[in-house]
Amino acid sequence: MATAISPESASLQDTQPTYSEITRDIAATLGSPSRGYYVLLGLVLTVLAAGVIALLYQVRWGIGVAGYTPPVMWGVYITTFVFWVGIAHCGTLISAILYLFRSAWRTAVYRTAEAMTVFAVMTAGLFPLIHLGRIWYAYWLFPYPNQRQLWVNFKSPLVWDVFAVSTYFVVSTLFLIVGLIPDIAAVRDKVTGWRKKLYTITSLGWRGSDQQWRHYSRAYLYLAALATPLVLSVHSVVSWDFAMSIVPGWHATIFAPYFVAGAIYSGVAMVITLMVPLRKVFRMERYITVWHFENLAKLLLLTGMIVGYAYVVEFFIAWYSGNPFERASFWNRAFGDYWWATWTMLICNGFMPLLLWFPKIRRSIPALFVMSLFVNLGMWFERFVIIVVSLSYEYEPYAMGHYTPSWVEWSILAGSFAWFFMWFLLFAKNFPTVSITEVKEIIPMPRRRAHP
Amino acid sequence: MSKTHPGGLLAAFTQVDAAAGAIRELKEMGYKDFTVYTPVPNHEIADAVGHKVSSVRLWTLIGGLTGMSLGFLMSIWMSLDYPLIVGGKPIPSWMPYVVISFELTILLGALATIAGLIVHSVRDTKPGAFDGRFTDDMIGIFVPCPVERRPAVEQLLQSSGAAEVRVET
Repeated sequence: MATAISPESASLQDTQPTYSEITRDIAATLGSPSRGYYVLLGLVLTVLAAGVIALLYQVRWGIGVAGYTPPVMWGVYITTFVFWVGIAHCGTLISAILYLFRSAWRTAVYRTAEAMTVFAVMTAGLFPLIHLGRIWYAYWLFPYPNQRQLWVNFKSPLVWDVFAVSTYFVVSTLFLIVGLIPDIAAVRDKVTGWRKKLYTITSLGWRGSDQQWRHYSRAYLYLAALATPLVLSVHSVVSWDFAMSIVPGWHATIFAPYFVAGAIYSGVAMVITLMVPLRKVFRMERYITVWHFENLAKLLLLTGMIVGYAYVVEFFIAWYSGNPFERASFWNRAFGDYWWATWTMLICNGFMPLLLWFPKIRRSIPALFVMSLFVNLGMWFERFVIIVVSLSYEYEPYAMGHYTPSWVEWSILAGSFAWFFMWFLLFAKNFPTVSITEVKEIIPMPRRRAHP
Repeated sequence: MSKTHPGGLLAAFTQVDAAAGAIRELKEMGYKDFTVYTPVPNHEIADAVGHKVSSVRLWTLIGGLTGMSLGFLMSIWMSLDYPLIVGGKPIPSWMPYVVISFELTILLGALATIAGLIVHSVRDTKPGAFDGRFTDDMIGIFVPCPVERRPAVEQLLQSSGAAEVRVET
């Protein structure tokens, strides 16, 4: 394969890194954090502490301290849950689906994306529990033998969600760990001191022998093959949490594909948000090039177009169905109390990705970074619009209401970002954020004779 | 791994075709219990070694099928044990239970794959000498052999293009 790192470098063979350079450069990103790292970590921990205090306050005084007002009993927590589950999806898309498609550009970015997946699911998983109010009853979500002889209701999408999200967390964590093993072994053989001991244990005795690779490659392939339908199912199940209810604005068959596309859209944006500073700080310009960003931008464009299409279909069907409740709900979305949230969503997700048709913007890293922040904002508001705005304006005018999130919800939302970035920061300094093995894999090994 | 290993020769190669050639010649000489270390999975080396397809896939299949049946059995049995009519649907309704069954197929399939990976890798890992460069940029071949056969093997490894051959006791 000539297109080793990027098509541009194919003509310049000497810019292509050698195997030992790859190990050296990527291993160099680990350990010995700078002052800036600790400052950032301190900041993140402070925000996390604010979120934890807000949560403890809510646990002490009850869910009433959140801004819920009937009929809006799903608010920022469920919005944020869907937001973080969505973020997770792009990681599995890059690490599993693009793996099955043998796409070469994924190798440099997939580790960051996969780590992002695991941390995003870890963040998302907190929100249904926070939303429960009485968090200590969280185990009721799972079927377990109990004295009251009750079982969970398997016909409820909320129970499907428990199964889908838990499975997703387990499988994506395993996938990340399996991918890390050969890399940890490569780092183990480079470093000295206590780090060597740590990596000797965590590499699980990996040596890269013929037998190990034989089983490993198979296992990795099958894990990717299992993760692919899983990732599509998880956000479909999340969408059915809404679509199965007879709420105007929710009860639509387009929800599953619409949510999956939106999830990947927001996930790609988060990968770009993480990758731009990471590349700069770790001096990974040689491995993560404009070519990679352009490919991410194309994914962003594709999924953004699907999301934009879904918005149009939703509004069109609301009118075309002739259903007065559906029509009223969508009129309220665009011109009601929450018009600002709807228009934020439409502009960030419907119109902004169209800029990516211009190659200049796709190849400009600062432009992509700024755009990725707006996509994240827009996607959070998309879920807010779907959940809160639909619930606030159902059937009966006397049962309509208005919901304003309280400081508790805002603090926990901010805390969730801190929780996510805390894990990512800890990961980035202790494990390779660019896959050593996979970056090597697309570069052919030196040969004695030319290829037959 | 601190297991003691039989003495032998450890060769390091920088070129992939040279290593593949050495593997083929070793097999012709009748050596089967050598170990090849590569920094990345390489099909040329894998072809030369000529293993069968890993049986990890059987674990995936069995795990997946177990998960699928468990998903249906569990949801159907639990609904019968606590019969509650929801939405006017039959008490055990297989259709919504597809979701549960699907998720458990994936979950147990993945867990079984990992279990298979661990079991097979541990079982097939032979004690042998190792060098840190084999996870970096070199291909290693460890050939366990008694002292009297070492000159012939060393000759073979050197002539196929090994960058370095050393005796490991």
